[in-house]
Amino acid sequence: MFDGVSNFSQSTDFTFLFTLIVSAFFLLLVTFLMIYFVFKYNKKRNPVAKNIHHNTALEITWTAIPLILVLIMFWLGWRDYLKQEAVPDNAYTIDVTAQMWLWKFKYPNGKETDTLYVPVNTDVALNLKSIDVNHAFYVPKFRLKKDVYPNQNRKMWFNSSELGSFDIACAEYCGLNHSYMYNKVVVMPKDEFFAWVNSEDKYPTLKQLAEQNLENSRN
Amino acid sequence: MNNQNHKEVSYLEYQGKHKGLLGWLLSTDHKRIGILYLISLMIFLTVGISFGLLIRLELLSPGKTIIDPQTYNAIFTLHGVIMIFLFVIPGLPAVFGNFFLPILIGAKDVAFPKWNLTSWYLYVIGGLLAITAILLPGGPADTGWTFYIPYSVRTSTNVTLALFAAFILGFSSILTGLNFITTVHRLRAPGMTWFKMPLSIWSFYSTAWIQILATPIIGITLLLVAFERFFKVGLFDPALGGDPILYQHLFWIYSHPAVYIMILPAMGVVSEIIPVFARRTIFGYNFIAMSSVAIALFGSLVWAHHMFTAGMSSTSQLIFSLLTMIVAIPSAIKVFNWVATLYKGSIDLQVPLLYVLAFIFQFTIGGLTGVMQGVLSIDIHVHDTSFIVAHFHYVMFGGTGFGFFAALHYWFPKMFGRMYNKKLAERTFWGVFVGFNVLYFPMFIMGWLGMPRRYYDYLPEYQIYHMISTFGSWILVPSIFLMFGYLIYYALKGAKVTEKNVWGGETLEWQIDTPPIHENFIEIPTVSDKPYEYKSNELVTQFSEAK
Repeated sequence: MFDGVSNFSQSTDFTFLFTLIVSAFFLLLVTFLMIYFVFKYNKKRNPVAKNIHHNTALEITWTAIPLILVLIMFWLGWRDYLKQEAVPDNAYTIDVTAQMWLWKFKYPNGKETDTLYVPVNTDVALNLKSIDVNHAFYVPKFRLKKDVYPNQNRKMWFNSSELGSFDIACAEYCGLNHSYMYNKVVVMPKDEFFAWVNSEDKYPTLKQLAEQNLENSRN
Repeated sequence: MNNQNHKEVSYLEYQGKHKGLLGWLLSTDHKRIGILYLISLMIFLTVGISFGLLIRLELLSPGKTIIDPQTYNAIFTLHGVIMIFLFVIPGLPAVFGNFFLPILIGAKDVAFPKWNLTSWYLYVIGGLLAITAILLPGGPADTGWTFYIPYSVRTSTNVTLALFAAFILGFSSILTGLNFITTVHRLRAPGMTWFKMPLSIWSFYSTAWIQILATPIIGITLLLVAFERFFKVGLFDPALGGDPILYQHLFWIYSHPAVYIMILPAMGVVSEIIPVFARRTIFGYNFIAMSSVAIALFGSLVWAHHMFTAGMSSTSQLIFSLLTMIVAIPSAIKVFNWVATLYKGSIDLQVPLLYVLAFIFQFTIGGLTGVMQGVLSIDIHVHDTSFIVAHFHYVMFGGTGFGFFAALHYWFPKMFGRMYNKKLAERTFWGVFVGFNVLYFPMFIMGWLGMPRRYYDYLPEYQIYHMISTFGSWILVPSIFLMFGYLIYYALKGAKVTEKNVWGGETLEWQIDTPPIHENFIEIPTVSDKPYEYKSNELVTQFSEAK
């Protein structure tokens, strides 16, 4: 569950875990009581029912406690959302163009790729736009997603602390090959990234990254 | 209610102006219309299930399994359109609301019987239009049931026809809603005050308000999309200066409350069934009744939680996330009150109750995962993944679908005057229950892991979950078809039931003939008690005469 790699993933995962524990508790409680009552108060064992119309204290309790819990959940999500919206001014900005059914990435110096390369431990901002229909830029491992619209700009940002390559998927249905609109975001060592982005090479040689991946797969 | 002196025939045998088939097709009897709806609904449901099965088959393995991507996209669109507009939305109100709402409040029919029949015709026309799109050149719509712009104005498939079908179905829904509101206000039997109404009436009533208030919005929105396709008006299409987000708002202003149109009646059925099989009074009548109203109210104000990744203003995100959290509370109140109603009951675990218990279990999962998605940061990750698909199937199918099955098994003897084989029904229930959970639970896991929805193909790491899910469909679908099979068989050939009160229920439908006579009551009853007033297992019916 905790395999996220962006600066947001940890707190999203924590929020998820919290809501999951609360949910599991209530699910088990309801399910257990239901099954227990069905056995305990079966008509054979309990031929005469007792009529209880209501219990105001109980009603208030089971209204108030869930209300407090969902407000905590709301606050956790809201707090993280605000961080996600606050794009740092000095972030390294890459233009992302979505079209049926591929992604294009343009770096500040004009270099273009179809796979996204980003430096590790750096604030990276993405300017998202589409040239045809709606898409959504989704990196599951970053716990980030943003819809991409034609003629409208959207912005998102992240900071990945882990080297490696992670899936980018399109998450807004966009027609025939929607499910093939996959690519990768490759998080590189800073020096390697900047050496490559300022070079003539179309693609970086991912020597150190390959070693890193190998190491990850061994673990 | 002493009808020894009368020779009234049941609604099934009644002969009015028309005979035979016409006696059904032109009947304004709310019970016959309910049966017409039931038959047509089951036909469309069978089509919808078949498409769902095809989706699961295709996803058994990565790459092409049986169909190509264009067909797949059309099939999940049709599956959604048929299930939403032709099964889950009309579902319980059109069948059981029509059949039982007048009876439960002590009326002879709905307020506008002719409009009621009209609504069925609109339903059938809308349904046939949606199906026709498969056969016409251009092929069926491939937009998803949401018809998101701009894709829905770009694709060359028969989107307009599908839009028009949904538009017509909207009118069917509005007419049903209008009828129910008027009927509940005007035709309650003497003594049937608001807080003596059975809880299903509160549900149908709240639902009806959403139907008449929200449905016109989807109607005009879908019409505008058709305009956009033909005349390039530039309302929603960004290429023409329109705003695709505006479309999403308008779409969800209806389609989110529609979710409550779907679930509220099922909640009503649950509230009806539990006290009967627990042989005791419902716990917290007022809280359950008022939570229906609260759900209808708050549920109408949370639509934009479908758009948390769309890039709305932070104020919108705040309000819609907060309200989404709050709308969970009335649902939670209902669940707690239902469970409390089992406490110290004298429980008779019959098939309708089994479906209800499964409803509570699955609706709780669906509801809690709904709360998770209301949390902004979680939604940003799981939005448009199979987590969402799992969530709404747990609510719509695990909830409303199971509520529909519960209602079928509960009211079946009253509707047809015959009984099904209880052993067979019980075994089938386990198939449906196990199949359902095996099918949909893995989707939560792969959704959290990042499996987007509406995907024809997928990465190999998700295959194990897809396989389990498809295996589930092989348990679920045969079980459901078996259920349909035995219900049809026993409706025609089952053992005759003539006793009025098959289950020992207290509401009015159990105090009239089985099957009901043409206008339900010979004399309109005078209601003296609240519903579900069991006293030491003794029936205290809502009739003053019956005491």
